[in-house]
Amino acid sequence: MSKRKRDEETGQETTGHSWDGIEELNTPLPRWWLWTLYLTIIWGIGYTIAYPAWPMISGATAGVMGWSTRANVATDIEAHEGQNAELVAALLEADIDALAETSDLARYAVARGGSVFRAQCSQCHGSGAAGAKGYPNLLDDDWLWGGNMEAITHTVRHGIRNTTDDDARYSEMPVFGEILEAEEIDSVVEYVISLSSTEYDAALVETGGIVFEDNCSACHGEAGLGDYDLGAPNLADAIWLYGGSREALHETITYSRYGVMPAWGQRLSEADVRSVSAYVHALGGGE
Amino acid sequence: MPTDTPPSLYAAQEPIFPRRVTGFFRRFKWWIMIVTLGIYYLTPWIRWDRGPTLPDQAVLVDLASRRFYFFWIEIWPHEFYFVAGLLIMAGLGLFLFTSALGRVWCGYTCPQTVWTDLFILVERWIEGDRNARVRLYKAKWDLHKWRLRITKWAVWLIIAIATGGAWVFYFTDAPQLAVDLVQFTAHPAAYITIAVLTATTFVFGGFMREQVCIYMCPWPRIQAAMTDVDTITVAYRDWRGEPRGKGNVRKRDRAAAEKAEREAQAAGPGVAKYGALENAPLIAIEVEEHGDCIDCMACVNVCPMGIDIRNGQQMECITCALCIDACDDVMDKIGKPRGLIDYMALSDEVAERAGEAPKPIWKHILRPRTILYTVLWLLVGVGLVYALFVRSDIELTVSPVRNPTYVTLSDGSIRNIYDVRLRNKQGEDRTFHMSLSSDEILRIELEGRGDELNMVVPAQQTLQQRVYVIARPQDPAASSDTTPLRLWVEDVGTKTRASKETTFNGKAN
Repeated sequence: MSKRKRDEETGQETTGHSWDGIEELNTPLPRWWLWTLYLTIIWGIGYTIAYPAWPMISGATAGVMGWSTRANVATDIEAHEGQNAELVAALLEADIDALAETSDLARYAVARGGSVFRAQCSQCHGSGAAGAKGYPNLLDDDWLWGGNMEAITHTVRHGIRNTTDDDARYSEMPVFGEILEAEEIDSVVEYVISLSSTEYDAALVETGGIVFEDNCSACHGEAGLGDYDLGAPNLADAIWLYGGSREALHETITYSRYGVMPAWGQRLSEADVRSVSAYVHALGGGE
Repeated sequence: MPTDTPPSLYAAQEPIFPRRVTGFFRRFKWWIMIVTLGIYYLTPWIRWDRGPTLPDQAVLVDLASRRFYFFWIEIWPHEFYFVAGLLIMAGLGLFLFTSALGRVWCGYTCPQTVWTDLFILVERWIEGDRNARVRLYKAKWDLHKWRLRITKWAVWLIIAIATGGAWVFYFTDAPQLAVDLVQFTAHPAAYITIAVLTATTFVFGGFMREQVCIYMCPWPRIQAAMTDVDTITVAYRDWRGEPRGKGNVRKRDRAAAEKAEREAQAAGPGVAKYGALENAPLIAIEVEEHGDCIDCMACVNVCPMGIDIRNGQQMECITCALCIDACDDVMDKIGKPRGLIDYMALSDEVAERAGEAPKPIWKHILRPRTILYTVLWLLVGVGLVYALFVRSDIELTVSPVRNPTYVTLSDGSIRNIYDVRLRNKQGEDRTFHMSLSSDEILRIELEGRGDELNMVVPAQQTLQQRVYVIARPQDPAASSDTTPLRLWVEDVGTKTRASKETTFNGKAN
């Protein structure tokens, strides 16, 4: 028990505690402050009963109000889908080319497709759709299998060279390292360089042209402009999927390339396939 | 006195019964109350014609459409810096007033003070002045007490509802909301807001009062760091008032002293040794040094914070100046000069005590600190007014897409993408023409519009447009790292122009 004492300097009451002669002044809290503490404790007990709170072995107590953030998200998603139901119905009914034109429906498709793209496609094509080596840049105006709405939708739905969808785009470039002599490959590389550049070895190009016509023109065309039906790239433009240097071309011709894309029709809803196609079409290169 | 029980760490709220007071500061405070409450309750009802498409409420925070209307000023969300600027000005203003005049905000204009004042006024009308209220407080809960208490609470509740009700009128069309509120068709948020504000007004103004200032508000603690010896504040002239004594006590003391002296003289040296030296001189000193304070407790009785200003500067003091009025009144009655409790600087109290003249008020107020605050306050203010007048009615923002920095097209051209936001802040649709200026050759296209460079932006809306800028392969911009360019928009009708500078990224090797 301590005695109630007053500090000599200030006249204020002390708690009676003293450490090495240092005394603690008593500055009482208001009583209602204490009540608010008790109130918050009572509130806290009620809160843990009403809401999910106590951790158990698997999961936590659910709370008597049945409140759940997951359920809220599910409800929100459902509500959004309800709000968009008309747009989705219109999207499914619309002529696929109509999604390339300016309209409220197309705007919805592009916005929806953007989120599908960022979730599903950006892993390979990049969040900005700029692609990477072996993964086509979708922002430019160059296409392997065609860049109109129909072609893009087909590519998205069935994919490229996969083994899961019989309708997948398919073509295969031969491994010319097993067919052509080393000198022939060197010359055809120089010929392909000459299609889009002004700096080349004219003598090599001349022999390369013959090799090209015999071996490559069936798919890439006589002028090297490519073929959408075969997924054969245009070799005369400034865009290269695997690089346009002599070394990269040498590698491509010697060992071939075989890019694969999944069939998204098996994973996405029809509305999402149409939307993401509209998004890709709107990125700046749609035909 | 020492006891065996440990001291309580919690203090019960001491009831305070502020007495009615009259005088200059009380009158001044009534006027401030009328003006501030008038502004608060009436502002939402002022109309301001902005044309058919916009609301006609002079002051409106339209959260749903993200607009703030203040008479002729309209603020969009991206212009929030105006609000930030006003808050900075409010902060600097508070610094200025606190360093110059102490807690004037607390004493005169703080809503807690104003509403508490109003609640105390109601309390006095219904329950009577201090003494009647003290009696009522001590009385048992009979019919009389219940009747007075319930009447008082009812009036408080009406004020509280009006206070909470006025608040929501700032956020939507007031006349329409008033009708909706009465018909119970208003949004639940309106009722909840009114309920919360009604509860806080009722409890804070009616029951918590000084507790809010002392225990809930951070300002009393901040002010200690912001006032100094030159700050004009409410203070007691200790040197003049002390030692305090009751008027009748003084007379008795004087009589006793005179009597003691007489007795001492009459008794001669022998007795005088005991009487005069031990008693009379002591009493005489006490008498002569009685100050002007007659310890009438008027200053304490009128204090809404329940403190004694004669104890010096205290955290609880909100400088409401009612003790000045109360004391001046008493000083007039006993024929002493006013100003025993007065607005003064603490340095003056020291000077006066030493017999020197106090510094003139303007010298206390005009000092580097207050001048600095004023200059900063004015700088922000002038900056805001300037920004308000030069802001364009076309708002253009250009954000270059940097993922990727550029796109190579099949013919070798380099294309950059820009996301342009164009705001039309007027009441009618406007057509804008887009163009660019640069030292280098660059071509512009609008996404989805091709070479068509005109865009229609609907009234009061923002248009988002993707813009392509293209450099041919042979142009320097295609192969240089960055090329500066400026995007222009021009209102086709009024020829008003706006522009933003940005850069073009080439294919740097």
